[in-house]
Amino acid sequence: MAIFDKFQSLTESHDFLKSVGQSPSELQFDEILSPTEAILNGRRTILLGTNNYLGMTFDDACIEKGISALQEQGTGTTGSRIANGSYDGHKALENEIAEFYGMKNAMLFSTGYMANLGAIGTLAGRGDYLLIDADSHASIHDACKLSDAEVIRFRHNDPVNLARKLERLADKPGEKLVVIESIYSMLGDTSPLKEMIAVKKKYGAYLLIDEAHSLGVMGATGRGLCELAGVEDDVDFVTGTFSKSIGTIGGFLVSNVPGLDIVRLASRPYMFTASLPPSVVATAREALSHVPGATVLRAKLWDNATQLYAGLKTAGFDLGPEVSPIVAIRMQDAEKAVALWNGLLEAGVYTNLALPPATPSGWFLLRSSISAAHSSQQIALAVELCTRIGRELGLISCPAQSSAKVEMMNVGSPRKSSKPEAESVSKKDDAAAQA
Amino acid sequence: MSATQQAPDSILSDPIYKEILEQLRPHAGADSVFAPDTVITEDLGMDSLAIMDFLFDLEDALDLNIPEHRTAEVRTIRDLVAAIVLLQKES
Repeated sequence: MAIFDKFQSLTESHDFLKSVGQSPSELQFDEILSPTEAILNGRRTILLGTNNYLGMTFDDACIEKGISALQEQGTGTTGSRIANGSYDGHKALENEIAEFYGMKNAMLFSTGYMANLGAIGTLAGRGDYLLIDADSHASIHDACKLSDAEVIRFRHNDPVNLARKLERLADKPGEKLVVIESIYSMLGDTSPLKEMIAVKKKYGAYLLIDEAHSLGVMGATGRGLCELAGVEDDVDFVTGTFSKSIGTIGGFLVSNVPGLDIVRLASRPYMFTASLPPSVVATAREALSHVPGATVLRAKLWDNATQLYAGLKTAGFDLGPEVSPIVAIRMQDAEKAVALWNGLLEAGVYTNLALPPATPSGWFLLRSSISAAHSSQQIALAVELCTRIGRELGLISCPAQSSAKVEMMNVGSPRKSSKPEAESVSKKDDAAAQA
Repeated sequence: MSATQQAPDSILSDPIYKEILEQLRPHAGADSVFAPDTVITEDLGMDSLAIMDFLFDLEDALDLNIPEHRTAEVRTIRDLVAAIVLLQKES
């Protein structure tokens, strides 16, 4: 089949994965039991890779709202809001997400991917400049393809490199839109937001931040990294998703920049896709209403993240640079990475396997995402299994290595102040590895 | 000069060509051979991540932004020299 010949290398990679175990893309759960457990291949399995940060997917109130909306308004809108009109829930959710962020305007999109596609691809047009981080999510790269703007990458999380690029554009006409992410999805590292804002202000650029992985996770009321850093007034556009901490699907763009509504008439990913179904809107609204007061869940989430990070670090794994609800083991050996992922699956722990070129610096990653719904026993079991299999594969030495100190991030809203001194580790090695 | 003798490729003395080679070396395979018509991805064994890092270094060395789409059609070092020359004229 000649039309598929161009995918030969993809086919070979997929065949390799299938030859040594399961293929992540073909994995199918028999039953979902809770936000943290499923039946997979007949085995009870801990879900440690679903981005279900607040465990909202089985929230009783959200489910009830969804069922009511299904019964009252049907299963779908069968078209875009431009063509088919809006339902009252669409506008209500836009008002609520705008109010949540303290912004004047909001737009819904059908997914978080499409929010980036529709926002970034439309805000920057011909004659403008898009400045994107080298580790940007695929949705940002794809948005750049949709835009007619000139696309310039800057080194990951490097405000000095960004400044250099903007300096070279200082005399050029056209708007400059800098695009960053609060938490980067592969390694879980956060943006140096204050430094980025200082640069964008110096050069008169706009800043868009994707808070996909920080909504509900960071900040006193869960508004994300901007709230945590106290810089919300300096950010021009925020995108995000309802598919992680909100537990359903959908995306949004919020902003205080006057005139945002015109984007509805220019953004093809907004105009030419069916709008969110009423049941999804209803569950998103209910979940969003829980976020500001979910301080206990946020504290539990960060405690779980710290437990997993410290446990794996102490075992000797090479991890991402900071404690985060995304914990990634970095490996250089493809076969061992695949074997670790398969070994964990067979032992009853589901994580994500991420392979180059989708990963920073060409790492092979075993990526975990933590939920507030995880028990500390589940986290401990995951650490134990990961350590045992990692030793069998020679990924880590035996016995456990360091027991230095985890440098706690000043994250989230009110958190338990107890620092896990005994199980904490140093960031020094990671900083070196990242550099 | 006889008809069988070829004129030396003028690009070999081009400062941009020399700078590109300087920046390529740390990213290319150990046994790489550099010539104007070397294909950057295939001949130098560089994947997309290595190319991105090389371009960051080249931007710093030349004090020049290299937008993504300006390298979309670049295959050889000679192509890259031409793209850089054009960018420098425009900047």
